[in-house]
Amino acid sequence: MRVSCCESRPAVSRPPFGFRLLGSAEVTVSSGTLYDKVWDLHRVAELPGGATQLFIGLHLIHEVTSPQAFVALRELGLGVRHPERTVATVDHIVPTTSQARPFADPLAETMLATLESHCEEHGIRLHGIGSGRQGIVHVIAPELGLTQPGMTVACGDSHTSTHGAFGAIAFGIGTSQVRDVLAAQSLSIDKLKVRRIWVEGRLPFGVYAKDLILHMIRQLGVKGGVGYAYEFAGPAIEALSMEERMTLCNMAIEGGARCGYVNPDATTFAYLHGRPMAPSRANWERAVAWWQSLASGPEAHFDDEVRFDASALAPTVTWGITPGQGIGIDEAVPTPEQLEPNERPLAEQAYLYMDLTPGAAIAGLPVDVCFIGSCTNGRLSDLRAAAAVARGRTVASGIKAFVVPGSEQVARAAEAEGLDQVFRAAGFEWREPGCSMCLAMNPDRLEGRQISASSSNRNFKGRQGSAVGRTLLMSPAMVAAAAVRGHVTDVRELLLAPPHPEPAQPEPALS
Amino acid sequence: MTTSTSPTSSRPSSPPRSHAAFPSGPIRSVQGQAAVISGDDIDTDRIIPARFLKCISFEGLGEQAFADDRLELAGAHSLDRPERRDARILFVNRNFGCGSSREHAPQSLMRWGIRAVVGESFAEIFFGNCLALGIPCLQVSHDSLVDLQDLSTADPALDFQLDLVTAVLKAADRHWPLEMAPGPRHLLLSGQWDATSQLVAHDQELRATAARLPYLVNFAPS
Repeated sequence: MRVSCCESRPAVSRPPFGFRLLGSAEVTVSSGTLYDKVWDLHRVAELPGGATQLFIGLHLIHEVTSPQAFVALRELGLGVRHPERTVATVDHIVPTTSQARPFADPLAETMLATLESHCEEHGIRLHGIGSGRQGIVHVIAPELGLTQPGMTVACGDSHTSTHGAFGAIAFGIGTSQVRDVLAAQSLSIDKLKVRRIWVEGRLPFGVYAKDLILHMIRQLGVKGGVGYAYEFAGPAIEALSMEERMTLCNMAIEGGARCGYVNPDATTFAYLHGRPMAPSRANWERAVAWWQSLASGPEAHFDDEVRFDASALAPTVTWGITPGQGIGIDEAVPTPEQLEPNERPLAEQAYLYMDLTPGAAIAGLPVDVCFIGSCTNGRLSDLRAAAAVARGRTVASGIKAFVVPGSEQVARAAEAEGLDQVFRAAGFEWREPGCSMCLAMNPDRLEGRQISASSSNRNFKGRQGSAVGRTLLMSPAMVAAAAVRGHVTDVRELLLAPPHPEPAQPEPALS
Repeated sequence: MTTSTSPTSSRPSSPPRSHAAFPSGPIRSVQGQAAVISGDDIDTDRIIPARFLKCISFEGLGEQAFADDRLELAGAHSLDRPERRDARILFVNRNFGCGSSREHAPQSLMRWGIRAVVGESFAEIFFGNCLALGIPCLQVSHDSLVDLQDLSTADPALDFQLDLVTAVLKAADRHWPLEMAPGPRHLLLSGQWDATSQLVAHDQELRATAARLPYLVNFAPS
């Protein structure tokens, strides 16, 4: 790839500190990309050790990773520098059955009360339960129009990469860094390299953004993105809706890339138009003009590039204990011989933990629990896709299936369309919004060796609340298919076949 | 109030350990026994399961480090070996600390007594979280790492000396070269790894940056 010569920005001359740990010749040389433009605009100062002080345009906080940051701030005698640039909600610990206060779990209640008190003390907006705007932090910020192209977005949550769908540079941070953003609206951080992931074609029938990102992580590995920001581009990406782009960017971190993004375009602007915190009508044209100028241009230089063809994809399911251990629905659990030697030890652990035999088909594997929700797949389009499968069908006997909308807004919109009724009629539970069984910090969890079909993002050992519980990651439509069949199923079979007829209603008796 | 809702019986029991002061100031060396955590892609859910995140303070997280793995191994986990009750260094493989950004993971390791992590590679957020606590994450080659893990497994009480100035790990008359990018290493050696004061000091530059951001000055929501 050529290095652009028409950039006004001085070439990066400092050594590559920080995330490239090999400390060798790996120099960031990307230029003219959206990432470069947004980075330059937000650069506050250079710091000792070579890191950059980067301005954070939008800081999102929740109840799990912020309390210690507020305490540290107080110990340092500092206040919140830009309280109007921090927005809070509660998501990880909220129960999804009854959300009446106080919560039944006193620890969960303490966490929310602590967040409320910190927000009150520092003048930070909190979208609390029942406000109509509460939900998973990565669902509510986009739907409120808080997340916009060209912003830097940080949150004490690794799935902050979600917001890159808007052409923002968005990444997860730890609690010490939450303290730093509160204190100084900025972070000490090192620039990443940029890898363009170019996707040709279109997603085929019955294949979703979740399948695309699971396939990418399978191919590039869970550490393939370390040191990189991922720019997702190409015809298949341009054809994705904003919600699909969010699913894609959400899981960039599962591939090791701290942030992933999509260049803003007409789809982005149409999504943002009219949202509560989006630019007003008077400012709209100016905002769009600026947003359009941010996209990586034809002169952009990338540190690396890989290509995929979306047209060749099948519904994808993980069989192991990392999001990289995925296979197409028509494939079998790989045998050690089919894997690279350095992948085999983890595969051996996964066979044992998941109780799967190498070479066994994944389709037909019985499941116990079906979970639809999370910051990856808890948006309206996800619920519509799952409802299209559930409509007129019934959850298989012995299966626990539940739907957790990503936010109060998603819940109300789904209810307005009658999706809650579709799910309930099929035997799914319809819950209140939150992170729920994605990480099981609330009462929703696997028990013992239960195995879940889950629309969430991590299949790590013990992730869903039981130290020996098992998780199969897949799209929400695939989870719905697993729920009605009772086992891992190719959703395309159900989308093509008419549902079972509704049981005939008895004729009202004539009086 | 500190940590979790889980019953005490589901917590692993740990050997009594001496408590080391948390890192402060320049970090030049770490000395002590090592614990061996084998396997690639050890995620932060493994290091500290999510149920222990139900807390508003990091205090008490030390006892929960690798809680589920230790429970499963019923005393045979590397951290639970009585010879290693004062382990200060972790030997890990590739992509250690991947997954969730929870600082609870390095906090729990720090509160267990860990003061340095030596491995084949690290996930970025975990590396940054460790740096913010003054805990160096250093790289070694695969062969050296296997060597170190074998050595510590064979002799759990073996003492290691990690010198950040020379980037060398020593034990039993042997030494292994370590790698760390110059930036973070400089921050640790100079004691500038806690970024807050540096960030706060640049308030004038912060104002200048805010003044050029279109979304703050040109079309901020009313």
